[in-house]
Amino acid sequence: MSRITVSGLGAVSSAGWGVPALLDAIANNRPPEISELERTTGEGVVVRTSVARVPALDDRSRLPRDQRLRRASAVGKFGAAAAFEALGSERFEASRTGDLRLGVVCTMMNGCVNYSNRFYGEVLRDPGTASPILFPETVYNAPSSHLSAVTRSSAPNDTLVGDGAEFFTGLELAAEWLERGDCDACLVVAPEETDWLSAEAMGYYSHRMLPSEGAAALLLEKGGSGPCLLAVPDPVNYAEEADRLAGFARVWQDLDVSDNGHTLWSDGRTGVARFDRAESSVEWNGPRLSVRRLLGEALGAAAGLQTVAALGVLEREGFERAVVTAVGGNEGLGGAVFGR
Amino acid sequence: MAYRADSKLPSSPRPVVITGAGIVTSMGCGMAANADGFRAGRTAFREVDLFDVSGQRTKTAGQADLPDKPALDALSAKEWERMDRGTRLALTAAQEALGESGTSGGMPVMVGTSAGAMPVGEEFYRHALNGGRRGQFERVERYQPQRQLTTMLRALGVGGPLRIISNACASGANAIGHAFQMVREGKAERVLAGGYDGLAQLVFAGFDSLQALSPGGVPRPFDANRDGLAIGEGAGFVVVESVESALARNAPIRASVLGYGAATDIHHLTQPNPEGDAALITMTQATEMAGLEPGQIDYINSHGTGTPLNDVAEAAAIRRWAGNDTPSIRVSSTKSAIGHLLGGAGAVESVICLMTLDGQWLPGSLNIREVDPAVEFDLVREPREAEVKHVLTNSFGFGGANATLVFGKEAGE
Repeated sequence: MSRITVSGLGAVSSAGWGVPALLDAIANNRPPEISELERTTGEGVVVRTSVARVPALDDRSRLPRDQRLRRASAVGKFGAAAAFEALGSERFEASRTGDLRLGVVCTMMNGCVNYSNRFYGEVLRDPGTASPILFPETVYNAPSSHLSAVTRSSAPNDTLVGDGAEFFTGLELAAEWLERGDCDACLVVAPEETDWLSAEAMGYYSHRMLPSEGAAALLLEKGGSGPCLLAVPDPVNYAEEADRLAGFARVWQDLDVSDNGHTLWSDGRTGVARFDRAESSVEWNGPRLSVRRLLGEALGAAAGLQTVAALGVLEREGFERAVVTAVGGNEGLGGAVFGR
Repeated sequence: MAYRADSKLPSSPRPVVITGAGIVTSMGCGMAANADGFRAGRTAFREVDLFDVSGQRTKTAGQADLPDKPALDALSAKEWERMDRGTRLALTAAQEALGESGTSGGMPVMVGTSAGAMPVGEEFYRHALNGGRRGQFERVERYQPQRQLTTMLRALGVGGPLRIISNACASGANAIGHAFQMVREGKAERVLAGGYDGLAQLVFAGFDSLQALSPGGVPRPFDANRDGLAIGEGAGFVVVESVESALARNAPIRASVLGYGAATDIHHLTQPNPEGDAALITMTQATEMAGLEPGQIDYINSHGTGTPLNDVAEAAAIRRWAGNDTPSIRVSSTKSAIGHLLGGAGAVESVICLMTLDGQWLPGSLNIREVDPAVEFDLVREPREAEVKHVLTNSFGFGGANATLVFGKEAGE
């Protein structure tokens, strides 16, 4: 029997930098500050989109000092800050000195949209002058590669792309690596950034969704003293079960949790009824969090932030179990259970 | 795939085989067309006509002929039309692999891609610039690779957990590596695995901006005067299966998967460590897992992009890995014939390795005029007949993703 535990948490969200800011916003039910992204189309029309952005960085010590991060876009910096917080200074140094083989699993949906937007804009204007500095930062795995570079780790590093439920696949992969001994500890990081392109794109799904951004990080180890990863069932892919209600029922059954008052449920509800139907179909009288509804839709980072919030509250309130779920937009459904 | 804390730890490793393979490249569609092309030493580059290349330094690539819509009841003409170029290539290769294996239904799926459905995202962007809204929701949806691949799986009658790995140019090799480990450890009996990428303007322009593309459009991996890579497009898929499962259903067995290694090169975002440190780790891991010495590897399908920095780093890694056996190690780069397929490269080159095991020949590293002095191995400059029992393929990507796979001819080795 294996025992995979969570030995560190990190978060960057519209509530602020760090796990305390996230938990404080949840405890006080405090919504994020909303700002407007503005651009003018080629036709001269001004388009404004409301977003919940990560506040400006107030403390440089939240980011590891490394030249790799100098050119990194927001998604890279969010991921690095969350990872740095989850690692803590001791393990960070242990990785850099080669005493800790640190694996990295990065999960995302949107990826490096800021630099992709800028670079493709340059290509359309004049490909001959498009910046070679921007292009490498547009690749999906740029943020995760920065994490390995900053921590000086040559252990495996994988970036997984998927919808808003992909984070659970990242947890499962990290557990696989730890069980096999591919690494001594593994960061599972889910970063996302927003810009006008992605924020407007979200509006095509629903104008009631608030585009957001940030990053979540969990540090997993074998045999630590933190909360235990109890289960990550197989995600249900929409290719095999197109009906979200039926798919969620399967995931929920596999998660095998009971509404006994000692279990916390951190769900993926957004506040838009048609997206929330599957998770709202389960009767639940116990404690329940809906992080996306409060802080906005952070796409691939959202399930990670739900997980960090669940684990933070689990520790603070003394619950026995925490279950986290997400209904992905166009790939599948998933979840995970943690316990003390 | 699922993780449970109360489940048993992985049992002893099981033998893993390949029961089906499929491929589409600029060389052609299908195993036979590609094997014929590589065996004949053909190259397959042409001027790109999918987007405007008039402002680029390089104007050619390994552009594939898009296959026709496959005869699949679960795939409507509209769905095929809405599929991006890369996913169409992937579907065609995956269908061939599943057909050869004689399987479908529930199984995990591991797919590597770097660009996903980038051309659809480009289209969304161009419309958004001018404020156009018509068709944009459809574009947002279709831009996402998981949406495209979920449609592909439904069309193929495959349902199971989908894992999309995006480790730049190592993605396809990682996908097969993940599948191998899953079957080896008893987490699945069968896994569909592969990689793909279609040509996309942003990516083409990106490599051009880095001046990584050969100005003349002809990549010369391991040539002393090599001047860059050529981009290609295509897909490679395999069905990775436990030997027990394959034997139980009388499935055809193409080869064994013997080893996999993965590591991260932290030297630079786009440049490899000059001594090939991470490549040395992955080659060592993969051959040790396979229970083989370097001298027992009959052929290496190198990453071999044709860029000045990559080839010399890989040559250094091979030299350090093989030691005194280096002069007898036969190496070539099939990127010289079809270009660099990015996220699809590792999977396509794995499938080419399966062809060498099947046909007992080696593809050539073409277009070479003068061999780089860093090359101490036996560089295969034109196709040749050879006895091939064990092959190794390397894949290295932006961000330092390094992966190596080892395949063997004998089933259940």
